Amino acid sequence: MNVPAFSALVRKDLRLFFGDQRALLLSFAAPIAVASFFGFLFGGQSGKTEASPIDIRVVDEDGSETSKQIVDSLALDKAIAMKPASKADARETVAKGKAVVAVLIPRGFGDAAAKAFFSTGQKPQVELLYDPSHSAELAMIRGILTEHVMQAVSKDVFSPTGGRRNLQHWLASVDQDETLNPEDKGALRDMLKSVDRWFAQTENKSEMRGVGGLKMPYDVKEEPVTAGGQIKYNGYAHSFGGMGIQFMLFMAIDAGIAVLTQRARGFWKRYRAAPLSKSTLLAARALSTGLIAFLILVAGFAFARIVFGVRITGSFVGFLGICVASSLMASSFGLMIAALGKTPEATRGLAIFATLIMVMLGGAWVPAFLFPSWLQKLTLFIPTRWAVDGLDAMTWRGLGVADAVGPMAALVAFALLFSGLAVARFRWDG
Amino acid sequence: MLEVSEVKKTFGPNIAVDGVSFVARPGEILGLLGPNGAGKSTTIAMIAGLLQPDSGRVFLEGTAICGDNDLNKLKLGLVPQELAVYDELSANYNLYLFGALYLLKGARLKQSIRDSLQLVGLGDRARDKVATFSGGMKRRLNIAAALLHDPQALLLDEPTVGVDPQSRNAIFENLQALKKRGKTIVYTTHYMEEAERLCDRIVIIDHGKVIANDSLPGLYRRLPLTHKLVVELEPGAGTLPLEALSAFPEVESSQLRDSTLTVVLKDLSTGAPRVLRWLTENRCRYQNLTTERPDLESVFLGLTGRSLRDT
Repeated sequence: MNVPAFSALVRKDLRLFFGDQRALLLSFAAPIAVASFFGFLFGGQSGKTEASPIDIRVVDEDGSETSKQIVDSLALDKAIAMKPASKADARETVAKGKAVVAVLIPRGFGDAAAKAFFSTGQKPQVELLYDPSHSAELAMIRGILTEHVMQAVSKDVFSPTGGRRNLQHWLASVDQDETLNPEDKGALRDMLKSVDRWFAQTENKSEMRGVGGLKMPYDVKEEPVTAGGQIKYNGYAHSFGGMGIQFMLFMAIDAGIAVLTQRARGFWKRYRAAPLSKSTLLAARALSTGLIAFLILVAGFAFARIVFGVRITGSFVGFLGICVASSLMASSFGLMIAALGKTPEATRGLAIFATLIMVMLGGAWVPAFLFPSWLQKLTLFIPTRWAVDGLDAMTWRGLGVADAVGPMAALVAFALLFSGLAVARFRWDG
Repeated sequence: MLEVSEVKKTFGPNIAVDGVSFVARPGEILGLLGPNGAGKSTTIAMIAGLLQPDSGRVFLEGTAICGDNDLNKLKLGLVPQELAVYDELSANYNLYLFGALYLLKGARLKQSIRDSLQLVGLGDRARDKVATFSGGMKRRLNIAAALLHDPQALLLDEPTVGVDPQSRNAIFENLQALKKRGKTIVYTTHYMEEAERLCDRIVIIDHGKVIANDSLPGLYRRLPLTHKLVVELEPGAGTLPLEALSAFPEVESSQLRDSTLTVVLKDLSTGAPRVLRWLTENRCRYQNLTTERPDLESVFLGLTGRSLRDT
């Protein structure tokens, strides 16, 4: 190999790249800005996402003690931001997208709900008006509402005042029921009167006032699980890995397009007229692109380390290995673009589209575990998935070098595949 | 000496170059001419090692050029038609890069850069970015990049496209200087006056074959031996009996348009005095007279035809 020429070609590429302010901005500042934003969305340094409360409107047409309690307890729930409204306002607010759901408590709800608590008769209806673009939030509101309604209605049913009112209703029902035989009717009436007497004795006792309704019969203890006990998840670790991979591929596209442009401008004639092998020319391009790709990834993580406290909690050697393998993959991707592309203009759009699909399916934007299982399996054929998973494993998952071997091997295999295609299809003439 | 021997190149069903042979000697500028798509660029590409001939060889100083890594390429410099210099880099750095490709380094490379820039008149702009250069300066730098390794043979593919007359003249002077140093120069161009001014010998290629390989006088001799005598008559010369003039044995044809008489002669030496005498006899005074001989463009069009070549 013509080593001085090889070295001069690599240095020329680096000089051109670092002399181009637009390329520097796109390759270093842009991924940091985007990754910082995504990292914040993914839970930031604490790893806990502070989700915004869901905006809801409540229309209380009932005005009963029970419905007031429902409204009061909804107002105290931190998961939602509740505002009372009229029915017309609530509908308009949801239609305009300013509230996600409107809850309509109909007239007579409190009384009907208490009566329906133990019977199989007709239940009152709570109407939910929702924004169809927020179906996930609708499911959450349904759960939250169930909790608060059950609490308020059960409180009414089991309180002495509410209980006695309901007992009168059930006693009347027993009397009117013609399907029951007289013996059963007598037994039921005795039982209900005994409960009524007990309610009458306790009605004026202060400790029975404000008795609570049904409550969740359990508490939840949450624990994030990573490879080490002291390892804390940091949302920025994933976002900087994902965006680093995305922007190193963007840079590789530029490098590939530059080859096409240089071919059109006669540079490759000049290079090939010199005593240089084709492999020297391609290897020089691959090395310079790979070095820049490595710097983009490492610079991003260095920023994340300093500003957001992202740590390589797993194997540092494994992390470097993943970075090197990802850089090789990116540089060979650039060469492949140079080989398959015809004109710079036509190639750029297609290459950017392919890259965006790769990074999206690779889990660079949102983690791959959110994908359906069939898609998770399919994305194993996409190099970015291995790069993102590998970086996740070495950063916040805290795994060892053995867990880096698989992703590294996959990335190197993709690099060989791309390089092979590049060498086979590279147009040396022109 | 550069020898191209029976080189042939096909692209699919198309024969681009079909057995082209010629020799360019040291201290000689050889013009390679041909219509678009004639096979000039493919021939240059094979000489420079950019393309491998299907058959035939290219010899430089008696040795064939074989393969990408062949060090014989060090004897050859290529000036591509395109401006293959990096606008974003300085002239110095461009030449540093292209010198390194030809195994130059250290003090020798620095000296070569200085010499090349001096030769093309860019010595005082060495540190400036090429983006600040005019088109002519970039063309000269394009040539300098091919001279760094002091090649024995220089291939120039239309090196004056889009340059102003001053820069063109400077390039010609550079080439004449290189010729005096004994360099072998192969020069392709579409400008016939450039070839007439610069080249010692012309090779005309068409449809992939050499159809002429001769010195300029030799090429002129290929046209029928006719000369034009153009006489500008004084105003009011009136009508002339041109039938009588055309009847002279020395005259091929004659034409009078406005006050310009054009006479095509079979022989200039005997025909011109006869025509002038005839004008005097007809009391016709004239203000100016010129002769025209066949030019390279006439030869070129005569050999390659006048139909358009758009490929």
